Amino acid sequence: MSATHTEAPPKKKLSPRRRAQRIRWVQYAVLVGVALVIAFVADWGQIQQQFFRSDLIRTTLTEGVGGALKNTIVYTAGAFVIGLLLGTVLALMRLSSVAPYRWIATIWIEFFRGLPAIIVFIAFGLMSLAFEGFVIPYDPYGTVWVALGLVASAYMAETIRAGIQAVPPGQIEAARSLGMPSGVATRKIVLPQAFRVITPPLTNELILLVKDSSLVYVLGLSASGYELTKYGRQLSSDNASLTPLVVAGFCYLIITLPLSIIVRRMEARQKKER
Amino acid sequence: MTAPTPAAPIVEVTDLHKSFGANDVLRGLSATIRQGEVVCVIGPSGSGKSTFLRCINLLESPTSGSIKVGGEEVNDPDCDIDAIRRNMGMVFQQFNLFPHLSVLENCTVAQTTVLKRSKDEAQAKARENLEKVGLSEKEDAFPAQLSGGQQQRVAIARALSMDPKLMLFDEPTSALDPELVGDVLSVMRRLASEGMTMFVVTHEMAFARDVADRVIFMDGGVIVEEGAPEQVIGEPTEERTKVFLQRVLDPTHVEAGAEDAAYAKRHVGEVAADDVDERHPATHGRNGGGAGRG
Repeated sequence: MSATHTEAPPKKKLSPRRRAQRIRWVQYAVLVGVALVIAFVADWGQIQQQFFRSDLIRTTLTEGVGGALKNTIVYTAGAFVIGLLLGTVLALMRLSSVAPYRWIATIWIEFFRGLPAIIVFIAFGLMSLAFEGFVIPYDPYGTVWVALGLVASAYMAETIRAGIQAVPPGQIEAARSLGMPSGVATRKIVLPQAFRVITPPLTNELILLVKDSSLVYVLGLSASGYELTKYGRQLSSDNASLTPLVVAGFCYLIITLPLSIIVRRMEARQKKER
Repeated sequence: MTAPTPAAPIVEVTDLHKSFGANDVLRGLSATIRQGEVVCVIGPSGSGKSTFLRCINLLESPTSGSIKVGGEEVNDPDCDIDAIRRNMGMVFQQFNLFPHLSVLENCTVAQTTVLKRSKDEAQAKARENLEKVGLSEKEDAFPAQLSGGQQQRVAIARALSMDPKLMLFDEPTSALDPELVGDVLSVMRRLASEGMTMFVVTHEMAFARDVADRVIFMDGGVIVEEGAPEQVIGEPTEERTKVFLQRVLDPTHVEAGAEDAAYAKRHVGEVAADDVDERHPATHGRNGGGAGRG
């Protein structure tokens, strides 16, 4: 820094309100600018051709999107049930007074949370090669349910454990002082309250599962087992257009958006109750 | 049930000790609760009276000593504590109603799961007790919809529905708004007049004086004074009882700072010297400076 510095003329300071106003105007200006650039630069014909070709939309919708949607839902629902049951058992194991149960549950949870879900799917895909005669019933549903359910159980176990620990100790004391053995107190008093707390996070887990069900493509399914992603992808490459994939994407939103809205409602209601 | 011989002991506590880590909360208590008796425990906060009560149904496990309930040793690893708790109702300061169950279900859930009563039988019993606490019309409500006083009365009905031989009350009115205390106390008063054996930790001196057969004054983890209410509350002999009662009964005429002095006296030697310095650095510094100048 030089030693000589001229005194700057006293600048008129903006009031905070004016400053905020100016910043807001800049933000709007940037937004409008970007929108204009996109509108003029983009090749709308090409975009329409690629993403929203009307004849392909029709083909996608008529050729079997219903079956694919049904498969996505069935895969997800089965995996959710398995994950929930297994997750509850794991959560109780993590809170068990028997140390080895805690260890096993911890290892299980860390293992399946740390792995990419796709590895679990690949492993199950190869299972019948590795172990001859190894068959999971209800193929391909059974395999998907088990693979996705195992991954889900790890995440759900942690959610359920948090829910159980959120139940105030006074509840257990009240139950036990009425003479309930600890198992009855857990079943009748603790778990119902825990599940009320964790319904929103569990529904979020369900949304994640809907999307993860797309990983079944690695199992090598026949056409009847296609779910949304696989179905859209197949049609997209057959027709050299992204349109079927876009349709499939919107189908996911049909499932996930209502779930998101439900979660938000539940969270709002819980906040009010508290 | 056997014919109630007068003054048969229900709970016998002998030389009860309880410590949390290095903190000795109970230092050798002995007491007896007899059939049909109402025993009130009073004393300053931190005197161990709630811990004493919670030891009786083993919500806290004693460090040493003997607690016999109906002749059976509670402080024995092999005792069937669930069976013993079935005969003891417990009412908590914070009510601890089950928020996911309706008022009626709160009163039936333990009956059906523990006592294996039929649903109809359990509901009849629950309604009878809700009637007793004056909340018949609330049986379909959920705890969150009730006032604190109503919740506490439901908690009493819930405990009574198990047909207990003894009721434990852990500061049942301490969490209530003042105008709601009366309803709960009148329910307890009625219970006492019906001959229920009651062990009550309370700050309600008027209740203790009117309803109790015996009052126990505790301080510093021991029983300081014990006897009829008119004696312990009316003419206490121990200095600590007198000080406590004066503070409770006439709180507007207490000498400022007396509480701190009493606290310091009770806990003498427990606070390390450097701990004191830490809490009053300003005082310490000023004294040091003054000494230097003088």
